[in-house]
Amino acid sequence: MPLPTGDTIGILADNLRKRNSVLPISAGNATKWASGLSLPRGTKTVLYTGMMYQLIPYIAAMSKVQAGIEDSFLVNFIKLGRQVNKVINISAFMAMPSKSMKEAYNRILVNIAALLQQAGVQFGYLYEEELYSGALIYDLGVDDLLGEHAQKVYNTFKKHGVKNVITVDPHTTNMLRSVYPALIKGYDLNVKSYLEVLVERKIQPKNSLNLEAVIHDSCVYARYENVLNEQRTLLANAGVDVKEPENSGKFTLCCGGPAESLYPNKAKAGAQKRIDQLIKVSTNAVTMCPICFVNLQKAAGDRLRLNDISTYLVQAYCGEGGACAAR
Amino acid sequence: MALVNPEFVDAVSRGEFNASACMNCGVCSAVCPMGIELLPRKLFRYVLLGIEDRVLDNTETIYSCLLCKMCEANCPARVRIAENVRYLRYYINKKVFKL
Repeated sequence: MPLPTGDTIGILADNLRKRNSVLPISAGNATKWASGLSLPRGTKTVLYTGMMYQLIPYIAAMSKVQAGIEDSFLVNFIKLGRQVNKVINISAFMAMPSKSMKEAYNRILVNIAALLQQAGVQFGYLYEEELYSGALIYDLGVDDLLGEHAQKVYNTFKKHGVKNVITVDPHTTNMLRSVYPALIKGYDLNVKSYLEVLVERKIQPKNSLNLEAVIHDSCVYARYENVLNEQRTLLANAGVDVKEPENSGKFTLCCGGPAESLYPNKAKAGAQKRIDQLIKVSTNAVTMCPICFVNLQKAAGDRLRLNDISTYLVQAYCGEGGACAAR
Repeated sequence: MALVNPEFVDAVSRGEFNASACMNCGVCSAVCPMGIELLPRKLFRYVLLGIEDRVLDNTETIYSCLLCKMCEANCPARVRIAENVRYLRYYINKKVFKL
């Protein structure tokens, strides 16, 4: 039996309403990546993580639990779980990722900060005041709640006088750039992905990586936000021979990740299909979305070496060992 | 026999339920990475015809859609499939799940 759709969405919606995130994590875990970087709080331009990379280890741990529940008698307890979750945050007990996984995802954010600094961008961070964008709730169609939450996120930016927002993942980029303007009257934030900012700033590589990798475009970058050239330009300048898989660019094949919250086994099957396409082209693959990264990684096993694009970029643009200021 | 509710499409739509341009060519089903055969050809037609029961019978399919827009990128009639699916989710969340 699949997970009960209404109660599963209900838990995610209750979490966003009560705890500001579909999967609440502590402020310490959300902001740990920035410790020691001395980023100013707020400022006119901020790096907005939308908590996506920080959430992935928790989402992965949670989906492992969900996959065990799916098709078992335990699905009958989800309704009860929803009632309990209204009082106690049960996800805190269910999703306990490893320290190494959390560090790996935090490292991606440190890399992105380093790249922006290398490109001469001055930016701040909202630390524990930063909120999740509500991307999953939007996808699931809980629009009334999303409208309230989006206003909360926008108010936080306004409180700090933010005018420019640099995003780190496609889903958050889409929310802030294309979804929020329709929800918030007078919305005036200028939103760009860090990939777009790096290209605009004409960041120059310090060394050439001399390797090849097959590119997995994010559906959201490719078909919602038309971000297709930036990643290829940055990788090519970094000395990466970018190989295109069977479905690429505008016609990229989804990683299956968006099915994860309700149908973990369908998500896995989707990822498997994409992995089969990618390994036909190269044993190295590059992603630019945390959801794609984690979902494909689970399906790839040892067959494919997957890296987030920032891992390659920091090595090329920040010099030997990726030695930029923020690292 | 299916019950027809002529007001169903208005209840689902939160803007324009952009599906009447669909020419039933089948490209969306052919390219769907989830292999969802139903979406959007039959499903959206049920909405336009007001056959609410048939739509609600397919809740799992509606929530299985990845919203990846592969179908939209290939649709010759430019149907806004992903947004229509989100409209259906919003309707079901309210009407069935009471969210």
